[in-house]
Amino acid sequence: MKRFIGFIKKEFYHIFRDRRSLFILFGMPVAQILLFGFAITNEINNVDIAILDHSKDATTKEIINKIAASKYFSINQFIEKESDIEVVFKKGKVKAVLNFEKDFSKNLIKENHANIQVITDATDPNTANTISNYVNAILQNYLKEQNKSLTAAYQIVPKTRMVYNPELKSVYMFVPGVMTIILMLVSAMMTSISITREKELGTMEILLVSPLKPIQVIIGKVFPYIFLSIINAIVIIVLSIFIFKMPVQGSLFLLGMESVLFIITALALGILISTISATQQTAMMISLMGLMLPVILLSGFIFPITSMPLPLQVISHIIPAKWFIIIIKAIMLKGVGLQYIWKETLILLGMAVFFIALSVKKYKIRLE
Amino acid sequence: MNNNKVIHVEGLTKMFGDFAAVDAITFDVKKGEIFGFLGANGAGKTTAMKMLIGISSPTSGKASVAGFDVITQAEDIKKNIGYMSQKFALYDDLTVKENITFFGGIYGLSRKHIKEKSAVLIEELGLENVANKLVGSLPLGWKQKLSFSVSLLHDPKIVFLDEPTGGVDPITRRQFWEMIYKAANQGTTVFVTTHYMDEAEYCDRVSIMVNGKIEALDTPKRLKEQFKAADMNDVFLKLARG
Amino acid sequence: MKTILYIIQKEFKQIFRNKGMLPIIFALPLLQLVILSNAATFDVKNIKFGYIDHDYTSTSRALIEKFNASTYFNVLTDFPSEKSASQAMLNGEVDVILEIPSSFERNFSKEKQGSLGVTINAIDGAAAGVENVYVSQIIQRFNKDLKVEVSRYGKMQNLPIQITTIPSFWYNQTLNYKTFMVPGILVLLVTMITLFLSGMNIVREKEIGTLEQINVTPIKKSQFIIGKLFPFWVVGMALLTVGLILAKLIFDVPILGSLGLLYAYTSIYILVVLGMGLFISNFTDTQQQAMFISWFFVVIFILMSGLFTSIDSMPKWAQLLTEFNPVKYFVEVIRMVMLKGSGFMDILPQLLKTLLYAILMNGLAVWSYKKTT
Repeated sequence: MKRFIGFIKKEFYHIFRDRRSLFILFGMPVAQILLFGFAITNEINNVDIAILDHSKDATTKEIINKIAASKYFSINQFIEKESDIEVVFKKGKVKAVLNFEKDFSKNLIKENHANIQVITDATDPNTANTISNYVNAILQNYLKEQNKSLTAAYQIVPKTRMVYNPELKSVYMFVPGVMTIILMLVSAMMTSISITREKELGTMEILLVSPLKPIQVIIGKVFPYIFLSIINAIVIIVLSIFIFKMPVQGSLFLLGMESVLFIITALALGILISTISATQQTAMMISLMGLMLPVILLSGFIFPITSMPLPLQVISHIIPAKWFIIIIKAIMLKGVGLQYIWKETLILLGMAVFFIALSVKKYKIRLE
Repeated sequence: MNNNKVIHVEGLTKMFGDFAAVDAITFDVKKGEIFGFLGANGAGKTTAMKMLIGISSPTSGKASVAGFDVITQAEDIKKNIGYMSQKFALYDDLTVKENITFFGGIYGLSRKHIKEKSAVLIEELGLENVANKLVGSLPLGWKQKLSFSVSLLHDPKIVFLDEPTGGVDPITRRQFWEMIYKAANQGTTVFVTTHYMDEAEYCDRVSIMVNGKIEALDTPKRLKEQFKAADMNDVFLKLARG
Repeated sequence: MKTILYIIQKEFKQIFRNKGMLPIIFALPLLQLVILSNAATFDVKNIKFGYIDHDYTSTSRALIEKFNASTYFNVLTDFPSEKSASQAMLNGEVDVILEIPSSFERNFSKEKQGSLGVTINAIDGAAAGVENVYVSQIIQRFNKDLKVEVSRYGKMQNLPIQITTIPSFWYNQTLNYKTFMVPGILVLLVTMITLFLSGMNIVREKEIGTLEQINVTPIKKSQFIIGKLFPFWVVGMALLTVGLILAKLIFDVPILGSLGLLYAYTSIYILVVLGMGLFISNFTDTQQQAMFISWFFVVIFILMSGLFTSIDSMPKWAQLLTEFNPVKYFVEVIRMVMLKGSGFMDILPQLLKTLLYAILMNGLAVWSYKKTT
């Protein structure tokens, strides 16, 4: 037992003496959270648009003012002819052009109807769609005001409640995701590299020949990283709560426990990766290429899983990150207790056990 | 003007912060001699050697190797010396032939020249059967000899060997020293560091470094007389005890 | 000159001999390009929809039918009460709940207003916004149909004015998200692979001792660096090529602009990335460190590149920061050239900035590489 503790101590020394890596291990999450919280967002703000106004009358001016006043749009320029549209799009200066038809006001008076063409640069379909929708919404608002005098009957008015995140802050969506990704990558990657490093340097065999049992070697190697990851998790949660005012509706304790479970799962995955890597380079590449992109894209972190093609939805089930994100969101934003997330917790637990069992088996094989 | 001195060192010092790894050492090495640079691990041998081969700049003092100043003419020095590192730095994932070709090419040897030397080298070392095998698959002793031969590829005036016999069995060590003798006989000066005191016997002259300073410098015979020691190991122990 | 060739020869031999790494360098990223581009979409589909109908009239049922018929919504169940519906939302079983009050049809025909309750799970704010738009659209259309029926009987007088916004989506009629994402993901892959490979490669030589051996040779700094980085430049360009082929074959991403222009730009861009790798390797002693530092910068660069989220939406200070992000320029250029057919003059600003970056970065890297320490 004393040997084991000695071994763990050595591992701690290794880590804490490597200042540069340590800086990254702690600096990375902080930088990411701050970036995500402040800089990265799905919402649209101040999108540059251009106006092509064939009528230039009082009504179009009123509408244009309304649009300029909105925080979503910023009028970059006024163009004069249709052929200019292609030019501004190619230059990438504006994302949309609002094309007001000729005789706008006259048409409204005569036929009660007029058209605005919302031409969007749909290379980014999401923004294009959102721009279309927002322009439409601004217009509907304008119409409502104009038509106020008329009868309000036969009008269905939906009263919409946005729950768990009334202000639609994208931070609420991203923070759980960022936390998951950082824990996953750092835990899995760090562990896999650390173990593979010993293999590469040849010191692994020394360890295996020592009186320490293989399982002790593995646990010893992994233990400091559990500790580090927990600190990371705490830092992230604290930052989210105090800087981004993210709520923790549910139990902090439960959040902590689930985080530890996830960290262990990620570490177990890291161990598994180390069993199939001969060199550090390979371990790192597998962790990065095999883990990072799938985790970012398939975990529901940025892109909703339900919108993906079915085969990908199925694959997303085997990504531990996906389950953890559901759990964090449920605890922090919905405020639920274990009874609502026992299913996901069980799945994570199962994955952790599976990875560990597989790794132990692989190590036993290597020794024989 | 002694054009017999290929290495001239005067008050050479390397500081790391407050710590003097190499503390104002002064010595000369004559052309064609086998000069042993001895000392315990951590005494400063490798640090000193790194300054002489131009990959570490001195904090103070001066030195010249093959007539070139180590501070201002490091790159010229490199044209005239060979080096074998402690790690026998060869590429494990290249074959014997490929390693030879690579280092030969780096030193600017012509293709023809490389081919000739390569054939000679492989024959001399008896590596015909493994010429196209990856170096990583060779036993340590063969790697060692190969590494030494590669350091001599471009016929340098001086060759620096850093702990060249580390981890190798005694028979291979002997064979290796025979290779060193051969090189020295052909006029190459050999500057070798080691912490194996018995290897000191093989050198023409020996210096012993203790804590960054040179505490002894002479032929093995005279050192044994001076310290009334039976062998060089004894000399070292007497020296270390102070 | 010949010296450089020797180094290049050695590097290529080593790359191709490394049986484990080759699939990782090529197969894995390209596999990811193919699979994951399918995942990247902000389309909101299969919205889990539930309703509580207190009215049970033909009107309320007609409204629910509209949701059933919509491709956006998966109508799951009707809930007996608000409580059971909320539970379901807590459980994650449903994301949008429509509550129809008990006198819905009656109120509407009595010339009063009809109100509806809509509850949306807004954890994903952006998706919630879109879901709200879809719900509103369906309700508005339903409303319009009802009004039209009513007006047939001449009950309504002054018609309100209508302004229709006609959306027109250029370069991507079908709002195909893949068209947008695939080039971006390709940028990501080329960047990551070339950065990690080049950075770690030099540090590896440090670790095994061959770098020291090389420093003792008379080889010039520039010769060594060019020889070392050139193979990875080739790898980067090869990745781009294969990626483009896959993009066209599998995703049918348009290539409207000049391929030559794209390759020319990429060749300069890769130099920036290689320079970074080299620079990082000059300051790290182990592959682990090099990896971590590279990863640190790559993640930040990618997130701030406009790849997943739009730069325009960022606060001004963040937008300023992105000026120093080379990935941002590559993302812009590849999308502009491939999807819009932008030409040389259109991407000139990005090209110049990237060129400047390449010169600076490589200059720094070469200067900080010391044969003598």
